[in-house]
Formats: sequence, structure tokens, C-alpha cells
Amino acid sequence: MPADQPGRTAGGPALDDNRVDSRTFEAGLDALDAPPALPPRPGPWTVFVRSVLPPIIAAAAFFGLWQLAYQAHLKPKYALPSPGEVLDTLVEMISDGRAWEAVATSVSRGALGFLASVVIGTLLGLAMWRSGWLRRAIGPFISGLMSLPSVAWVPAAIIWFSLTDATIYTVVLLGAVPSIANGLLAGFDQVPPLLQKVGRVLGLGSFGRVRHVLLPAALPGYLAGLKQGWAFSWRSLMAAELIAYSPVLGIGLGQQLAIGRDLSQMDLVITAILLILVVGVAIELLVFAPLERRVLRTRGLTADRRP
Amino acid sequence: MPNPSLQQTRSPVPPALAGRSTGAAVLPTSVRVQQVVQVFEPGGPPVLDRIDLDVGPGEFVCLLGASGCGKSTLLSLIAGLATPTSGCIEVTVGRPALMFQEPALLPWLTAAGNVELALRARGVGRRERRTAAERLLELVNLAGQGRKRVHELSGGMRQRVALARALAQYSQLLLMDEPFAALDAITRDALHEELTRLWAEQGLSIVFVTHNVREAVRLGQRVLLMSSRPGRIVREWQVELSQPRAIESPGVSALATEITGHLRAEIRRHAR
Repeated sequence: MPADQPGRTAGGPALDDNRVDSRTFEAGLDALDAPPALPPRPGPWTVFVRSVLPPIIAAAAFFGLWQLAYQAHLKPKYALPSPGEVLDTLVEMISDGRAWEAVATSVSRGALGFLASVVIGTLLGLAMWRSGWLRRAIGPFISGLMSLPSVAWVPAAIIWFSLTDATIYTVVLLGAVPSIANGLLAGFDQVPPLLQKVGRVLGLGSFGRVRHVLLPAALPGYLAGLKQGWAFSWRSLMAAELIAYSPVLGIGLGQQLAIGRDLSQMDLVITAILLILVVGVAIELLVFAPLERRVLRTRGLTADRRP
Repeated sequence: MPNPSLQQTRSPVPPALAGRSTGAAVLPTSVRVQQVVQVFEPGGPPVLDRIDLDVGPGEFVCLLGASGCGKSTLLSLIAGLATPTSGCIEVTVGRPALMFQEPALLPWLTAAGNVELALRARGVGRRERRTAAERLLELVNLAGQGRKRVHELSGGMRQRVALARALAQYSQLLLMDEPFAALDAITRDALHEELTRLWAEQGLSIVFVTHNVREAVRLGQRVLLMSSRPGRIVREWQVELSQPRAIESPGVSALATEITGHLRAEIRRHAR
């Protein structure tokens, strides 16, 4: 309510004095009580200095120490190449296409396995949420599976499916599905009962309550489960590729590691490790971080409350 | 006996309990509560014991009581969130709106989005929802604040959005469960003014639950005192003071003092 035209509502008649008084009183209260306005968004230079520069400095320090260790001959040359040699290998692998091939192979496997895990994990989570019996029955095993390193499944999967894609996807699914199902359940469990009551008071039907109250309320927990599910499927994939190494499977990043090991080429091994790391960080930064930030910001769940 | 002409009858009156009726039975009512008993564990002590309550159209009734008197339970029974163990509740004005102590707004929606959800639940079309939500927010002095998120609003503003959402149900009956208990005294004062104004303008029937005696006297036309364990309505006052009343006025103070005496006597019975 603008203070300079106190006696008018939109198109309405003039208000009596009491009404005007209480309106301006309330407007004053709102101005005093409302959470303070956000500080202005920092400029690109501030963002760079605050968020981008520190990890760059840390990385530079790491490579510096590595170079020192190399020059001090802590390990023989074949076991500890210099950062420069690894960089040469990386450039070579990028220019001859081996790096792209490995990244593309692994990422497409990871994405496909993760999407399948999302579908299965979500359905499983929903089923466990709907049926208390099912949850009590298999809940402990789902949680147990989460603490079992999925690399433990590789020998079994190789015996069942020999060296095929099925082996790799089995390991990825067993790694990611439990996290996603548990994340969805955690999301549902965290929905405040009061909000569910609101859905009933407003007269929403059971479908409307799920669509407008339950699912949006469970979203932060579900998203955390998805993020963990991705991390698990990426790790499981690397473990599976490293062990299930065969020409028919194509060469992913894990298989690059295996080649490096077999040839005792440490520069190749380190390059593959770096690529695995880069892909993991990139997916986190480009996919999950923005999603999560958006969900948390709209709900005022972060210190930075910018919408 | 449930009257077949009434719209909602949630539970039949067991013959053993039927037969008592208040004097106002011939007048039209928004809510009629008859001989309602609520027991949580079978064989356990009743939370509510033979409650009779009639609320007329446009009436403002305050239910007052200490903790454990079952006033919130009674409200959720009237709201249809639970079914009484025995007795009968008739709501003749359709689905009642209910406000809680917490605003209970959906944090992923804007202020207007929360109001619009209530309209959507009633099947109002998209464009109509937008203008109606704007008008409802203006009604609670929140014109132009519709795009704000819940976390950008103060406690008082959130509770007003919740009030606008309740009004968006266009119910003739508004149930309020200690809606201002968590607010500071100044904000509560502002919301008392707001509520009495809306009550008069919109012709609402209001059942307002509180443990704050002055608030009950400030707002209600009738104040009902409930005992605790089991919850019974033990006394009733008509508040003859004219609105708008100030919470610090002598009339409100005098009646509040009298009622407080009875409330304390009720609570003292539970000593030992």
C-alpha cells in the first residue's frame, strides 16, 4: 500500500479513517518485520576471486609439489612421471581421439545406466513408500546394498553375463538404484505432516495432494538421492570397466586405466585418472549443482536467498 | 438425530447418547456439534466428553482452555480431518477452511501461488485464479506482494497469506487453531483488527481456538471455557462489547479477569 494515497483501494470507495489507520499501521509493521533485502549480487571479479581463484591456487600448489617430488627422484621415472609428461600424454590422447573416445564411451554408459537407475530406483522407492510391509521387508537390504562397494558385484556379473555390456550395467544399477530409492523415501519422510494436512483442508483429491504437495515437498531429498546415485553409478562404472576389460566392450576411461596398468605406463594411468575426475566434477557442476541451488533457493534453504 | 436435510453428517448419534439438544436448535446453524465424544485409545479416557456446540451463521465463537482440553482435537473433527468416536457433527456450509498456528504455506510456491492452490482445488480456471488471488491478497493488506516467496515474508505477513488462502476456499466457516499464538504482541494486535474487519465484511462464521483469554474476549461474540481431561465445555460468556474493541480497553480487561479466574480454578483441579 503506497503511503502517499492512503484513502484509496483499487477502484474502491474511500476508506474510513480506522481502516486507513490499520492499513498504514500494518504496512509499517511489514516494512519493519520483513526479512532484510538481499545484498546486491557480487560482480564477476568478486565471484572469480572468491570462488574460482582458490581451487586454481590449490591445483597449482598440487602440481608444484608433484614437480618437486619428481625432481627429488622420490620414485623412479617410470613410476612417477613429471606433470609435463602427463600433459604431453593428455594432449596426444586428445589429438589422436583416444581421450574423446574413452570419455564418450564412459559418459554414454554412465548416463544410460544412471537413467535406468533413476527409473528403477524411483519405482522401487514409490513402491516401498506405498507399502509399509515391503519397506520393512527390503528396506534393510537396500540400505545394506548402499554400503556394499558395487565392485564386489563385478566377479558375479562376469560369471553371469561374461564380458558384455550387461555386466557393466548390472554393476552400475546395483550401485545406483539403492541410493535413488532411499533418497526418494527420505524425501517423502521429510514432508511435514502439517503440509499434508493442508492439502486435505484445501480439498485437494488424492492425486492433487501427491502432485501439488507431496512430490514438490519431497524434491530436495529426492534430488540429494539422485546426486548420490550419479556418484555411485560413475564409481561403479569405473570399477566395472577396469575389471571387465575386453576388446568387444569398447574402450572407456576404466579400460584406459587397465591399458596403462598392463603396459606399466604411468603417464597413461594418471591421464585416465585426471579425465575420470574432470568428468565427475563437470557433471556435478553443470547438472546437479545448478538444479540443487535452484530448488534450495526458491525455498529459502540456503544462506544465499536470491531467487 | 441427524437431520437428512443437512449436507454433511459424519457420524450417527448412538441411541444411548442421543436426545439432548441445545435451546438454539430451531435457528439455522453453520456447525452443529452434538454429544461428541473422542477417545484416542479404546477403553482410554475421553479427550472430548459429550461436547455440544452450535455456531450460527456469521457468529464468532472463541474456544478457550488450557493445554490438553482437546480444543484443537475438536477443531480437526469439525474440519473433517478425523471422525469422532461417537456423537455427530453437522457442517451445513460445505467444506470449512482451517488455519493453523503455523502459516503452513508451501515454501516452493509464491504467496500468490499458495492462494491460487486453494482456488485450483475448487476448480477455478487459471486466469480467474490469478485475479482472484490478487484480490484476496489485497484483502489482507498484501497488495503487490504476491510474487514474494514465503521466506521473504515476515511471520505476520505469512499468517496473512495463510488467511488469504483460507478465504480463497470461499467457505462460510473459518476454523482457526491458535493462529496468532506464535506472533509478537504488536503483530497479533494488527491481525486481530484485520480478522474482525474481515469477519464483519465477509459474513463469516468463525470458531477460534486459543489459550489467550484477552484474545478470546477481544475477538469473540461468545467465549466458551473448556475443562481439561476430559475436555468439556464448562462455561459460556456472551461478550456484549461492541467491535472494534481494543485489547487493552477496560471492558475487555474486566471480562478477561473474570474468565481468567474460572480458567485458573479449572487448572487448579488438576493439582496433585
